[in-house]
Amino acid sequence: MAATIAPYRPRVQPRRAGFAQLLHAEWTKLRTVRGWIIGLLLVPVMTAGFGTLISSGSECGYMYPGANGQLVSGPCSAPVGPGGEVVQDQFYFVHQALAGNGSITARVTSLTSSNPQPWAKAGIIVKAAAGARGDGSPRSEAVPGSAYAAMLVTGSHGVRMQWNFTGDTAGLPGDVSAASPRWLRLVRSGDTVTGYDSADGSHWTRVGTVSLAGFPATAQIGLLATIPPPRDQGHIAAGQELTATGTFDHVGVAGAAGGSWQGTGLGGPPGPGKNADGFQRTATGFTVTGNGDIAPDVGEKTISDTLDGLFAGLIVAIVIGAMFVTAEYRRGLIRVTLAASQGRGRVLAAKAIVVGLATFVAALAGCVISVPIGEHLLRSHGNVVDPVPALTWLRVVAGTAAVIAVIAMLAVAFGAIFRRGAGAVTSAIVIVVVPWFLAVSSPALPVTVSDWLLRVSPSAALAIQQTIPQYPQVAGDYGPNGGFYPLVPLAGFAVLCAWVAAALWLAVRLLRRRDA
Amino acid sequence: MEATIEVAGLRKRFGSTLALDGMTFTVAPGQVTGFVGPNGAGKSTTMRVILGLDAPEEGTALVGGRPYRTLKHPLSHVGSLLDAAALQPSRSARNHLLWLAHSQGLTAKRVDEVVDQAGLRSAIRRKAGGYSLGMRQRLGIAAAMLADPPMLMLDEPFNGLDPEGIVWMRGYLRSLAGQGRAILVSSHLMSELQDTADHLVVAGHGKVIADAAVADLIAAASADRITLRTIARTEATTMLAHSGATVAATGPDVLTISGISAERTVALLTANAIPFSEVSAHRASLEEAYMELTRDAVDFRAAAS
Repeated sequence: MAATIAPYRPRVQPRRAGFAQLLHAEWTKLRTVRGWIIGLLLVPVMTAGFGTLISSGSECGYMYPGANGQLVSGPCSAPVGPGGEVVQDQFYFVHQALAGNGSITARVTSLTSSNPQPWAKAGIIVKAAAGARGDGSPRSEAVPGSAYAAMLVTGSHGVRMQWNFTGDTAGLPGDVSAASPRWLRLVRSGDTVTGYDSADGSHWTRVGTVSLAGFPATAQIGLLATIPPPRDQGHIAAGQELTATGTFDHVGVAGAAGGSWQGTGLGGPPGPGKNADGFQRTATGFTVTGNGDIAPDVGEKTISDTLDGLFAGLIVAIVIGAMFVTAEYRRGLIRVTLAASQGRGRVLAAKAIVVGLATFVAALAGCVISVPIGEHLLRSHGNVVDPVPALTWLRVVAGTAAVIAVIAMLAVAFGAIFRRGAGAVTSAIVIVVVPWFLAVSSPALPVTVSDWLLRVSPSAALAIQQTIPQYPQVAGDYGPNGGFYPLVPLAGFAVLCAWVAAALWLAVRLLRRRDA
Repeated sequence: MEATIEVAGLRKRFGSTLALDGMTFTVAPGQVTGFVGPNGAGKSTTMRVILGLDAPEEGTALVGGRPYRTLKHPLSHVGSLLDAAALQPSRSARNHLLWLAHSQGLTAKRVDEVVDQAGLRSAIRRKAGGYSLGMRQRLGIAAAMLADPPMLMLDEPFNGLDPEGIVWMRGYLRSLAGQGRAILVSSHLMSELQDTADHLVVAGHGKVIADAAVADLIAAASADRITLRTIARTEATTMLAHSGATVAATGPDVLTISGISAERTVALLTANAIPFSEVSAHRASLEEAYMELTRDAVDFRAAAS
């Protein structure tokens, strides 16, 4: 009797039920639970909140006895180089003015120090407008961080041609001594400066030719000596006794040079000065004693220091990502979800994409708020914050948000693997946060281990926050604490993405194999 | 597309428990097929296998001739309600339907249609967590009906319904079957399927014990039986038993008699001057038919072991 009834013809026509519909469904799920929305709002609140809290706790300043015996204090400061980065421009300079084209030649017979450093420097330099510091008179540095080119003998890196703080080319190798002196020459022609070196003063080798954009017609030309502090000493303190002394002879200047040599201690914190610095004329030339460095300043704050709230936001994002899956397992809702769509891999992909995009937008808001507030707080507490180009700013801010988003996607995969909220959240935190804290904050950990952790663990992605390159010619504390990572930004981010891809692959495999 | 659900030779083990042991049956369009059996008979597992959620070790499950997992628009083929509690409690009932609709490319307009059909309009904006079990059942039916599927599969949909809800559910399922849909409804209480199911698949221990039209089952269970209503139960029992009938007391003043015809019963009662108020052909309830079937199964198992 029943068999005579014709099968039902649906009135509602089947619509598209593709991946776009799956994404739409998962987005609807996410936005219709108040807990998820609160969680998403917490991501920027925690990121910016902790970020500004940490930024406000960082102080930088100096203090020294002033002329009338009172203590004078002030914020830390650092000049900005021609490339826009903060630099150290501190050295002892024996100089005279050179109008127009010309050259300087000198022979260096020794470079000594009470505490020798590989990047101690003595040599010749042509520098755009350097101020003079008369005895007792106020310091006037018209152009701190101005353009320059120099030929330098170094502590243990041979002869170098360096320019504009970041440029570096190797010349003659080997240490300098009376038995093995180094001849150095700089030739200025318009905006270009060419450096030469020689072991005997008659056979010259060109080390490099550099173009110094907008170099002024009249430059200061002369001799310099300087020495950076040992790596573990951090900032250069006022009145530091570490000095390097270079011995020069056969000093010659060609061109329209302006008369007598004068000595200037350039840069460094203001104060009574460094007693040991200065220069002396010898029978055949000069000895010049100085300290500091003429190099990019890799020890200052960066915009990444305003994004330490990342970890607070990250943990919220992990909870959202994991629970977005495990809550469905807990309620049995996962069966409804799977029965409504073709392909379990696509379901998980849709979940991961929706969580990824939502947490990215939330985290981006947090980072965009955190950076300017953090920068303001850092500066108002006396810190120097390295300015970065717009593209680097964008990379750091969007990159940090992307790290949070991609880790939320990792948590989605873990949610599908573990099917329990506690297990998924815990393991995501363990795999992401613990290696980073070990690498950054554990003093007992050997450098090679922390370096390795930051190459292979998901925390490699923090390289996306590095704003200052690691300069081979600059002695600095290049650890993760200083914002330096072993991998380049995109490679570090790719390591995290590889982890997420592997976790999603495993999750999809398990999801396909297991009964729902 | 033929709107038929077919399972054949399903076998599945959960650890040491054999959940499905050759489950085989077909759900035809245009009728309500009741899927009954005690808890643990394999009803829910069978439904999960049909929906491609659980994988059987052996056997096949096809909907409209195809495995569920190959369907491009699954909810347009089979609507299902496996667990009325499968909800995010903090999401409103309407939003629960909305995400499901979005997954099928359907709009909020269709959501409102099924909400009206399920009689949930007034409560639809409330959080699903605050719903009673009966309301969750209605919400589950609405979800199953979203894409207007020709096949419907509901696991224990009568659970938690109030009497009015049970009447509504029966009528709704009958009308859906009347439109030509194939409907599979599981229950562990036969009485719920009374007047609803056209066909019955009785499951026990992971396989089908009986698979028959409800009319046939009731006829078989009622066969040759007579209901006798009398105040003299003891005398009637003794007399009729001596006359070759099998007599069972089924109420304070009711006897169920088999082995002799109604005419002979009346003649014997009259001849022995035993008073009676009614002699009628017995019509078994679905519950009795079910008990009959499962008792046979129990006997069979006892004999076999």
